[in-house]
Amino acid sequence: MTINEIQDELIDDFAFYQDWMEKYEYIIQLGKELPLIDEANKQDQYIIKGCQSKVWLFPEIKGDKLYFTADSDAVITKGLVSLMVKVLSGHTPKEIAETELYFIEQIGLKEHLSPTRANGLLAMVKQMKLYALAFQAKGV
Amino acid sequence: MSSLDIQRIREDFPILKREVNGKPLVYLDNGATTQKPKVVIDAIMNYYTDMNSNVHRGVHYLSQIATDAFEVTRRKVQDFIHAKHDYEVIITKGTTESINLLAHCYGRAFIQEGDEVIISAMEHHSNIVPWQMVCEEKGAKLQVIPMKETGELDMDAYKKLLGPKTKIVSVNYVSNALGTINPVKEIIALAHAQGVPVMLDAAQAVQHIKIDVQALDVDFLAFSGHKMYGPTGVGVLYGKEEWLNKMPPYQGGGDMIKDVTFEKTTYNELPFKFEAGTPNIEAGIALNAAIDYIEELGLDNIKAYEDELLAYATEKLSTVEGIKFIGTAKEKSSVISFVVEGTHPYDIGVILDKLGIAVRTGHHCAQPIMEQFQIPGTVRASLAVYNTKEEIDALVAGVKRATAMLV
Repeated sequence: MTINEIQDELIDDFAFYQDWMEKYEYIIQLGKELPLIDEANKQDQYIIKGCQSKVWLFPEIKGDKLYFTADSDAVITKGLVSLMVKVLSGHTPKEIAETELYFIEQIGLKEHLSPTRANGLLAMVKQMKLYALAFQAKGV
Repeated sequence: MSSLDIQRIREDFPILKREVNGKPLVYLDNGATTQKPKVVIDAIMNYYTDMNSNVHRGVHYLSQIATDAFEVTRRKVQDFIHAKHDYEVIITKGTTESINLLAHCYGRAFIQEGDEVIISAMEHHSNIVPWQMVCEEKGAKLQVIPMKETGELDMDAYKKLLGPKTKIVSVNYVSNALGTINPVKEIIALAHAQGVPVMLDAAQAVQHIKIDVQALDVDFLAFSGHKMYGPTGVGVLYGKEEWLNKMPPYQGGGDMIKDVTFEKTTYNELPFKFEAGTPNIEAGIALNAAIDYIEELGLDNIKAYEDELLAYATEKLSTVEGIKFIGTAKEKSSVISFVVEGTHPYDIGVILDKLGIAVRTGHHCAQPIMEQFQIPGTVRASLAVYNTKEEIDALVAGVKRATAMLV
């Protein structure tokens, strides 16, 4: 699936949940599906700054595609990380760098992009794209 | 039982009627900032509709009435904290500026290489960093009074830290993260016995506890307007006249000068020496209304009611499975900090917000405390006089609901 197909699928999934509680329960559930970062990679250099909770994000190139593994010590944040990884992981650096992420707003999680929420979703998106750009520059 | 009519008090705060996420607002983030009563909001409105003009400058009518109103606040603060003179009250932007002003000016006058500054392990970053900066600049050493597991200061360790090299002690009256009320009278007496002045960060105290700077014999005291039902952007640095007169000015500019030539500037007298530039006039004037409001309710009544509410909240929250209170000092004021086993404070904060409940989560600008307790942060509910037992019930139910979702 392309990045946009995954975004559209998530928008459909979330449309199914009416109230906020179900939505957050689903996010927490998604956190459990996150491809976890190897414990050995839980180093300071892979911590995303700007989060009230801790987030680790590790990039890895396999073939011509960029994959992410991650973790967080807060379950809602972990769910949000999982959403991002679901959408962006497993695509070429060029696709990741150029993609426009419209699903966050459409599934009603725009508030998590606000800097005051300090969950670092914004920082996370930025970091994933930075990794993509870096690998792209290396000619991957 | 308290003598205050809380329902009537709630009527004074327009924002308490609003909803958040479709639920009635339960505002328990008063340690960050309190809501404002209508008299304060009106005072700001009134300033701009009736007297807007720069203070301490014009001979014209509006400037005079604005100046008078601003200076009324200074005298009101003087009475409120029982300062000897009104010129010992410096109007600042807030506690942070008050402490920076003091650290900078006191540091320039009195701190030399090899000297020591004492703070405590439970300080807000704004009572750590300014002193750290001065120490770094002067080659002085920052000494820290350790804290016990209960969130109380280790007074024996404090006695040992005090010595001939100590130049100032700067500690908070009430901890913003834990609610601990520190034994400030003893802290001050011990320092004075060695000839060392004491500065109290009273940002979390003035709205809860009656303060008498002369009875305490404290040398400096800092607090903010916005945590005491007043506006943001105004605060106070109280200082004893003899100290303030020995300190150089803070910032240069208008209002703080007597005469300026390109060769030499002579500085204005107290308090203006420390008040360069146009102040936040409307906030200064509206602070008067906030103090009036507090005094009308009576700080003793406020404290009695808040203590009752704190005891109720502590008891009810104890029923949450896996809860651990951070900060269990005998003397506490209006703050409950906690963690729940198996959950992150951030997650609880997000769920509570969805329920219309405002709390603070995180390190509360006091990272060293979190490090000591080995936690990423806490959930902090901080109370004000308009909070009710029903709101505490909503908080407890919210925490239980969040825990059920998260664990």
